[in-house]
Amino acid sequence: MTEDTKFHHGDAVKDVAPIVEMKDIEKHFGNIIALAGVSFDVKPGECHCLLGDNGAGKSTFIKTMSGVHKPTKGEIYFEGQPMSFDTPRDAMEAGIATVFQDLAMIPLMSVTRNFFMGREPTKGKGLLKRFDIEHANEVCMEEMRKMGINLRGPDQAVGTLSGGERQTVAIARAVYFGARILILDEPTSALGVRQTSNVLATIDKVRSQGIGVVFISHNVRHALAVGDRFTVLNRGKTLGTARRGEISPEELQDMMAGGQEMAELEGSLGGTV
Amino acid sequence: MTESAQVAVDERIKKEPFLTKLMKRPELGAIAGAILVFIFFAITADETMFTLAGIMNFMTPAAQLGILAIGAALLMIGGEFDLSIGSMVAFAGLFFGVCVVTWQLPLAAAIPMTFVFAAFVGAVNGTIVIRSGLPSFIVTLAFLFILRGLSLVGLKAATGGSTQLRGVRDQVENDWLAPFFSGEAFGGLFSWLAEKGLIDTFKSGAPKVPGVPVEILWFVAFAIAATYVLLRTPAGNWIFASGGDRVAASNSGVPVNRVKVSLFMLTACCAALVAIITVIDAGSTDARRGFQKEFEAIIAAVIGGCLLTGGYGSAIGAFFGAIIFGMVVIGLTYTDFDQDWFQVFLGAMLLIAVLFNNAIRKRVTGER
Repeated sequence: MTEDTKFHHGDAVKDVAPIVEMKDIEKHFGNIIALAGVSFDVKPGECHCLLGDNGAGKSTFIKTMSGVHKPTKGEIYFEGQPMSFDTPRDAMEAGIATVFQDLAMIPLMSVTRNFFMGREPTKGKGLLKRFDIEHANEVCMEEMRKMGINLRGPDQAVGTLSGGERQTVAIARAVYFGARILILDEPTSALGVRQTSNVLATIDKVRSQGIGVVFISHNVRHALAVGDRFTVLNRGKTLGTARRGEISPEELQDMMAGGQEMAELEGSLGGTV
Repeated sequence: MTESAQVAVDERIKKEPFLTKLMKRPELGAIAGAILVFIFFAITADETMFTLAGIMNFMTPAAQLGILAIGAALLMIGGEFDLSIGSMVAFAGLFFGVCVVTWQLPLAAAIPMTFVFAAFVGAVNGTIVIRSGLPSFIVTLAFLFILRGLSLVGLKAATGGSTQLRGVRDQVENDWLAPFFSGEAFGGLFSWLAEKGLIDTFKSGAPKVPGVPVEILWFVAFAIAATYVLLRTPAGNWIFASGGDRVAASNSGVPVNRVKVSLFMLTACCAALVAIITVIDAGSTDARRGFQKEFEAIIAAVIGGCLLTGGYGSAIGAFFGAIIFGMVVIGLTYTDFDQDWFQVFLGAMLLIAVLFNNAIRKRVTGER
């Protein structure tokens, strides 16, 4: 896989220190071992894809990274310093932003109110301290325009946006609030072709600003379209990290599915999966 | 940049007519309803209903309910219910009565103590809901009975067997704080207007309406404050967010639990305010105070555009919802209709409001 896709404009990041490095992370829930020694790192300006089938431990892993879970074992380094996040808020403040599948968007609220939810800009002092809605509207329109989405108005309800647009709002929000690492949890899984392209293009824009993107997916083609590096999770373990161009879609697919059974299935489906 | 020159023009978006925009306001239903009810009574009711005295007459119960309804609306927007506010009125009334009559405290101590006490009960309510993860409906239903029962038991204990505690008026008559919580405001203005012949007077020359009942002022001030908080402060955004989707809100850094518990405390304080005003006004407190007010307050909030699922609604809507309520309950006495039509009317209004709100919600979210 050496050809360049239209989404890939990032340069291969080689000798830059990673922003986040996670070493041999283990996470147990009671007697269930969800993660059994996963190592992963993200460098600025790269898109690192985390691939895996359902139940592989992707969600547990990113929740560990974003401070929702505490690892049972293993170390997390943030810019070289050992780090332990107690709450998602700590991780957010350090610059690790997560766009979860449910997007943390409220359909009945306007785009602006969603964009600034929990981090409203204020003006005035004391009792007169208030939500600076004009400023918020301006910023929101501007940030969305940068991502290539023209809103009807800042008071448009999020419920009226398409899935891809909502995804973009969530990404734009994370970027605006100073994300250094952006974790995207299956951002393309529920989207149509056109909307998927938009989201992939957005990922490329974000990466070119020097933000490290962690792209979680079980769709090899989407991952290959933007990814710089690829890590495959299977049954709570990493099966290694490959650079762009070092691995073929078929190999990735096989690793995700755990090889053999998939080969059989694929045979019966005529290689269409 | 030619690209930025063609901003915001999407050929698939039709220009929005003014009416459609208006339709998206949550309080529209309540305002339209208030106008309809007004027209109805303007036709059917005795003309004295819309004289100054008549207006004060229906605005007073509207205000007492409205203070509760706005609190209920904020809580509903925050995604929770409180069925115990009616009982809370009785319970806070009991506490206030005991402070004033039994302990002989001045209002300057009794009123803050009543608010603190109510806020505490609200916090207990809220904390149980949040910690247990149970629907607030069921937890506050329990408190509806617990508080009503405690009010009865407490009253009997305080009075030695009676369910009414008298003697509040004698205690507070000369208290400097009393005018803020009872009687009428702007008395001077009204007698001046009467002198000038601008408002109706009795034969003695005293105005028929001696002033604006203070609860109406509290009601209006609270509606304005609640609207400001909802629309123009970060806390307002948090209330909408907590009610819209608590997981999404807390993932975005909104302190959802704190918001919800605060709202429970606020509704309890609203109940306490109504208790203080009505107890001073009546001069006594009894166990039936605030009976079924929880339903009326929630109905007023729903008529005002609050969704039962939370995350949507307005304080202005609840304001008009309460006025509709007051107009109907008092207005029927000015007509030839049997007063008991009131309940039928109330149920019908609720049903229409819910259907209407549902349609509006679909419109706002573009749901199909």
